[in-house]
Amino acid sequence: MKLYEYEAKSIASKYGIPVPRGYLASSPGEVADACKKLGEVAMKSQILVGRRGLAGGIKFAKTPNEAYEVAKQLLGSIIRGEKVEKLLVEEKICIEKEYYLSITIDRAEKRIIYLVSKMGGVEIEELVKQHPEALLKIPVDPLLGYRPYMSRIAAKFLEIPKGHWKELHNIMNAMYKIMIDYDADLVEFNPLAWKCGGGLIALDAKITIDDNSLFKHPEFLEKAHRELSELEKLAKSIGFSYVELDGDIGIICNGAGLTMATMDLVAYYGGKPANFLDIGGGASKERVRKAVKILLEHPRVKVLLINIFGGITRCDEVAKGIIEALEETQSKKPIIIRLLGTNEEEGRRILESRGLQVFTEADDAVKKAVEITKSINNS
Amino acid sequence: MGILVDKNTKVLVQGITGREGSFHTKLMLEYGTRIVAGVTPGKGGTNVHGVPVYDTVKEAIKESRGIDASIIFVPARFAPDAIYEAIDNGIKLIVVITEGIPVHEELKFVKYAREHSTIIIGPNTPGIMTVGETKLGIMPAHVFKKGRIGLVSRSGTLTYEIARELGKKNYGVSTVLGLGGDPVTGLNFIDVYNYFMDDPHTDAVVIIGEIGGDAEERFAKHYASLRNKKPVVAYIAGKTAPPGKRMGHAGAIISMGMGDYASKRKALEEAGIPVADKPSEIPLLLDKVL
Repeated sequence: MKLYEYEAKSIASKYGIPVPRGYLASSPGEVADACKKLGEVAMKSQILVGRRGLAGGIKFAKTPNEAYEVAKQLLGSIIRGEKVEKLLVEEKICIEKEYYLSITIDRAEKRIIYLVSKMGGVEIEELVKQHPEALLKIPVDPLLGYRPYMSRIAAKFLEIPKGHWKELHNIMNAMYKIMIDYDADLVEFNPLAWKCGGGLIALDAKITIDDNSLFKHPEFLEKAHRELSELEKLAKSIGFSYVELDGDIGIICNGAGLTMATMDLVAYYGGKPANFLDIGGGASKERVRKAVKILLEHPRVKVLLINIFGGITRCDEVAKGIIEALEETQSKKPIIIRLLGTNEEEGRRILESRGLQVFTEADDAVKKAVEITKSINNS
Repeated sequence: MGILVDKNTKVLVQGITGREGSFHTKLMLEYGTRIVAGVTPGKGGTNVHGVPVYDTVKEAIKESRGIDASIIFVPARFAPDAIYEAIDNGIKLIVVITEGIPVHEELKFVKYAREHSTIIIGPNTPGIMTVGETKLGIMPAHVFKKGRIGLVSRSGTLTYEIARELGKKNYGVSTVLGLGGDPVTGLNFIDVYNYFMDDPHTDAVVIIGEIGGDAEERFAKHYASLRNKKPVVAYIAGKTAPPGKRMGHAGAIISMGMGDYASKRKALEEAGIPVADKPSEIPLLLDKVL
């Protein structure tokens, strides 16, 4: 789960990491008030998508009037598909240099890792690709945790003057504590800036919390769905994984890998998947009914493709769920079904008795779904 | 034969009295798995499908005169404790079926296991099965024909689908191993390939990857550096997955600019590993490399 910048900064600040003075505002009036207190300000859209600066999500103002006018434009605007509802209004900081500093999980080496670079403010993805040597990695043993020597390695790499090493130690120590206390898989300051006249300050902050750990953090658990679309929220509450895509072939499968492979197969045969929907293992007919219903009622879905490989999932339960959803919605959308595995014969019998065709091979089912979608789109 | 487990492997089931634990104990016994004991704290003295249940791993080991491997069905909040209990009692192979364990817990027990020379399969894995001999897992056994292909995967049902495609073209499987769908797992493709390399009953390896992380890229680099090698064929799921979205598995997310389909496919192909466009193409690629 991603936190907003203002949430991340409030945590950082609580742990003693220097951040600019600022106020959260949701109206132009509040922005102007903040500007009166702070002087020249930066107004930063509080959204979860990346690269908001490039997309015009960060603006500056010198006077409260100017801030009011800019905020009027910014608030309510849509940036990279996300509506700006709040602005973080911060004092403008004079800076000399921008560094990159984060702590995250090194999946391959199964340890924690600090990433450090002098080239902050840019996208870390691009940096790693183009200048791998500009990125310093400091590994942290998960059983040992942060040790102060790590900050000295980082300080030397960043060429921070000796008198300021302690500041970097405090920041890195705090980052590790935040990671552990909040079960974060990323704590990132990009940039961590070097101020005019010296000293470090976190100009931007990003924290993401491990989804599997949210149960330990009830304050975030209740907000965990906010980055999802309405449909994604609904799906989550029923108990399956759902991701919205932009095509017109609805997809229901069991298992994340099989669902992705089915999406890819749809694309392979020239179709466009409308979604990723994994009903999970051992789904009841109830869960199947709800999943089918969601996609039958989805305005963009023209054809529904169901691909089930029954292991702990029973094909007869799946078949019953499909029939119930069809009766409930009275939908006329074509449904292509591929069923295999546990109780396959019974599932097939139920579906075929209602005139639904059941495939055995995934390739055949997907080809058929794409074919029908094309004929609908051409008519 | 096959890797890591065979018909003689003595198995403990931790969390044996739970719904999943007891259901799959039955299926594993039917397959022929030598399950000698189960553990559920507080349920000692009972039995599940004829398997004696103990309160602690220590008692289970003593009463069954040694245990080679443990399979864990314990819920996420209690799973790390069960894993530490197994490691501290000297069990050298632990299969963690449990889904949803916090990543910082995983980092710790994976490291702890490594320091104690213990192999962890998973978490969030369908398990391991040496076909025709033993199953420590939840996979539907009937889809796997016995044969000489090693199968290693990051996913569950997709592995069954691919095993079926292999079977249709008369390719059987020596051992199938699920790495697990989480970002941090005990084993990676390199580890498992190395086990298959040493197995005289495996002629070629099929790796089933997915988007997220760089395990496939790392494997490709490793494979390219080898002089002696067995043929490898790959499939990667998630070509059409958008970046930044978690595709079901916690590990299947393209983030920090890493883990997209194109990078994985390129790395594998440059290492001389053919990549199938779809599952049904895998046996055709095996025809070419074998």
